[in-house]
Amino acid sequence: MSDLKDYPDIADGIEKKGISRRDFMKFCTGVAVTLGLPFGMGTQIAEAVLNPKRPPVIWLAAQACTGCTEALLRSNHPTLEHLILDLISLEYHETLNAGSGKQAEDWLRKTIKENKGKYILVVDGSIPVKDGGIYGKIGGKTMLSLCEDMSSQAAAVIAIGSCASWGGMPSADPNPTGATPVYQVLQNKGIKTPVINIPTCPPNPYNFLSTVLYYLTFKKLPELDDKLRPKFAFSRLIHDNCERRPHFDAGRFAVQFGDEGHRKGYCLYKLGCKGPETHNNCPTLLFNDVGSGAWPVGTGHPCFGCSEKGVGFTVPLHTPAKLKDITPPVNFPGIAEKRGKGVTVAAAAVVAGLAGAAIGAGVATSKKLDKKKTGSESKE
Amino acid sequence: MIDESKPIGGKILTKPFMFFSAIAAIAAILLIKRFIFGIGAVTNLSDGYPWGIWIAYDVVVGTGLTCGGYAISLIVYVLNKGEYHPLIRPAVMASLFGYTLAGVSIFFDVGRYWQAYNPVLPKYAQVNSVMLEVALCVMAYIAVLWIEFTPVFAEKWTDKFRIVSRPLNKVLFVFIALGVLLPTMHQSSLGTLMVIAGKKLSPLWQTAYIPLLFLISAITMAYAVVIFESLISAIALKREMETPMLSKLSLYMVGLTVVYLIVRLGDILLRGKLLLAFNGDFKGFMFIVENLLFILPFFLLSSPSKRNNPKMLFYAAISMLLAGGLYRFDTFLIGFDPGPGWQYFPAFSEIMITLGLISIEIVGYMIFVKKLPVLPAVRPA
Amino acid sequence: MDIKRRDFLKAVAGSGLLIASNPGQAFAITRPPKNMPPEAVGMFYDSTICIGCKVCQHACKEFNNRPAEHTIRPPEMVDRVWDNPVDLSAKTLNIIKAYRHGTGAGKNNEVDGFAFIKRHCMHCVDPACVSACPVSALTKDPKNGVVSYNKDACIGCRYCQIACPFNIPKFEFDEPFPQIRKCQFCNHRFAEGKYSACCEFCPTGASIFGPAKDLLEEARKRLTLNPGDYYDYPVQTVNSNQRLKQKAAKYINYIYGEKEVGGTQYIMLSGVPFDKLGMPVLSESSDVALSEGIQHTLYKGMLAPVAVLGGLLFAVYRSTRNKE
Repeated sequence: MSDLKDYPDIADGIEKKGISRRDFMKFCTGVAVTLGLPFGMGTQIAEAVLNPKRPPVIWLAAQACTGCTEALLRSNHPTLEHLILDLISLEYHETLNAGSGKQAEDWLRKTIKENKGKYILVVDGSIPVKDGGIYGKIGGKTMLSLCEDMSSQAAAVIAIGSCASWGGMPSADPNPTGATPVYQVLQNKGIKTPVINIPTCPPNPYNFLSTVLYYLTFKKLPELDDKLRPKFAFSRLIHDNCERRPHFDAGRFAVQFGDEGHRKGYCLYKLGCKGPETHNNCPTLLFNDVGSGAWPVGTGHPCFGCSEKGVGFTVPLHTPAKLKDITPPVNFPGIAEKRGKGVTVAAAAVVAGLAGAAIGAGVATSKKLDKKKTGSESKE
Repeated sequence: MIDESKPIGGKILTKPFMFFSAIAAIAAILLIKRFIFGIGAVTNLSDGYPWGIWIAYDVVVGTGLTCGGYAISLIVYVLNKGEYHPLIRPAVMASLFGYTLAGVSIFFDVGRYWQAYNPVLPKYAQVNSVMLEVALCVMAYIAVLWIEFTPVFAEKWTDKFRIVSRPLNKVLFVFIALGVLLPTMHQSSLGTLMVIAGKKLSPLWQTAYIPLLFLISAITMAYAVVIFESLISAIALKREMETPMLSKLSLYMVGLTVVYLIVRLGDILLRGKLLLAFNGDFKGFMFIVENLLFILPFFLLSSPSKRNNPKMLFYAAISMLLAGGLYRFDTFLIGFDPGPGWQYFPAFSEIMITLGLISIEIVGYMIFVKKLPVLPAVRPA
Repeated sequence: MDIKRRDFLKAVAGSGLLIASNPGQAFAITRPPKNMPPEAVGMFYDSTICIGCKVCQHACKEFNNRPAEHTIRPPEMVDRVWDNPVDLSAKTLNIIKAYRHGTGAGKNNEVDGFAFIKRHCMHCVDPACVSACPVSALTKDPKNGVVSYNKDACIGCRYCQIACPFNIPKFEFDEPFPQIRKCQFCNHRFAEGKYSACCEFCPTGASIFGPAKDLLEEARKRLTLNPGDYYDYPVQTVNSNQRLKQKAAKYINYIYGEKEVGGTQYIMLSGVPFDKLGMPVLSESSDVALSEGIQHTLYKGMLAPVAVLGGLLFAVYRSTRNKE
């Protein structure tokens, strides 16, 4: 069992910031639960968090709105941003850097050199690739070359937000800058560094933190789905956990914004809610720790499908969702279900008995007929 | 008079009588269950197989088996062959039991039995319905059979029946004519019932010739059952065998069977569906068995010596009964497929109720032949 | 008596002639087909935009007062899930069933895909159940064409169940006083100016209600769409103002119900072949026409039986007289 006292620097810091040991352990257990890990894992996560040799994180901002950073800053557990940003040793983040200009770029180069193959690269925003990537530059270098360069030396790449995951808003038709998701850039270049997508616009900070802490704790990436999203957060459809689902099942729909159904909180499917085709944990995790209803559908707006490739930023906002799968899969009757009652032992026994009796009686009768015939013939 | 009939007399409460009464009693108890909890409580009927053995056996096969009254009347009165007259009363009696019990069994089988009289109400009658025709015909025929049978009661209780028996004898020929017409109508219509099932009935049985096939097979079965019954009662009641008459009757049976087989197989050949019989499934197998049973009597009775052998007659009759019964059973149950997924096998209690009805028939036969002048008087050997 | 060789051959030749005379359609003086009633209402189900939400199933139960039903499958017949029937029954007049193949990944794909089908009464133009019913318990409305049920007439013979090519009429086998139950297009709501509950509550417009000929026109229009085209799908009724813009899927170029058994008032479009969705493959001519044709040809309005009776009376009278 780890103890804050074993790590005097951090423990001091935590206590100075007014975080009790109890609160800290609660946070770590909360992370474990988000990850779908057993409660006991909380202590293991705490140990990982307190380990002074935590890997450095470099944050590269490409074509994005900084919403992902803003959302992360609003993770509201007691002064969490400080705690975690301190803990994961954020070496470079354009929005949060204390220094700027040459100072910052020098630090970046130094960090990359010292932590080659060990740091985690976080990219928010899509990478412009059209015309050699000239539509986005940092310190005179294109985002494309920076991304390729930094990702090839990283231990893992986390593409945070829908832009980094699928291209997002910058890639919307007609996509003037050739905005490309991070995994695609790496694939084009043949870079083998593992990529995790944490889509959502903006991503829930706890999904991001949980991914990072999972990596810190287990030294491996969490289980990913076929679109490289961590399964703990993106394995379920919004529709399946939606608080308005009973209205859907009962056929109660809002048809227009502000109509009676909308005011009564009915299902938003007819307004184009993409919940039925979008995988995310928004309905259960909610945003900003302010209690129930703090997510798009809760506020009365249909889900936009930001965390699903080819839905958000691609399909018109208010078209009805397409169906991904039969949900729930076991509960639909098949085309040709077995119906009707079949043979039972008793019934079969009676039928067999009857057949036997009939054959027996037939044989006996034919014998008697023989006798009778010969009898009557002899009489004659 | 050559066709004098006499009650054979004897004890009523025999062992077989007790046995069959017991089965009937079991059926009666199960029927109470049916009327309290619904048809599903005692049968395996489902929305896919809404008709089970109660219809396929009790009604369709049952009335086919007991068409004897009709088939013999056809020979005696229409073809004017008086020598078969001794066979009429037992045959009419068998029809009486068969049809009355089929009517009773329909009463158990229909869901809304308290409205079972609706087909006779003009405001409800639906003239396009084959079922209406069958229902009305069967109802009328049951009544006709009882009237045809009244002379038997009249002979027994002459005093009491004198008032009715005189005028009745004058018009009896009308009822005899009706007794020939009505079965011709409804035995063919029983087949037509399944035409509307369309593709749910296997092409091995589904044909526009169904009414003709049902009619012919009813008559062949009727001759077979007359032969069968005569032979059985000869043994069971220790009576003289009527072999020469039966042997002549068997010729009618075989002749009609030939016509039946030509229509049956010719139709299926022309429709090009014969290969379905050989694709190895249960339906194909049953088709082959059914038709082999139709063909078998032809060989069993191919020569006069065979026709005068009661054993051969007995086998041929059984073969024909099974053939006709199976044809009807196949058409109503085995060839019927409501679609993938559905299954049916009669429930224990369903079978018991059918057995109960058969038992009542046997018990009734025992009482009637012993107490009423049904069987031809025993001639000195 | 012996059947003479000559007589035998005559019989053989006669019955052979009977068959050869009119091969295949023996007595098939089939009655002419019937026409769609003038103000026929109908329903149109587009499987490609159905999302399997079962709202229609729920609405149907609510507005027809049908009880919930368990998932009970043979052979064990154990309750599985509450109100999740496996097929139409007397308790469930409308059901959504799912077709699944392989990985089941793509909607409307025949291979490795899935699709839904909504089953209930087709309201045939020439309904077998109506022709079968001996007591006019099932009747087709001469104006709007809805096939409805009258329990006061019904005797419970279940011939309608045998006759229906779609296995639609359902019987209450577990009731002491049973009825036949089937979809009647919610005709009890027509008087209030309402229509089928399943269409009113369908969120996507997969099931829409309206005049039968408008629905057919709508279906034909959809078949001209290219996959991926945006189309304003009407919701609730075919002529409603409420429309949902959606991408068209790839349709099978066939309108089920347009021609089946002489046409039905419930038509369907799908992306998966209809036989895969459990819809029976039926011919264009109705078996009803053949059945009624045979019956009326044989009986000629009861003239034939009367004529036969006349002959029989003579024959019987003669033979009974002779004996005396």
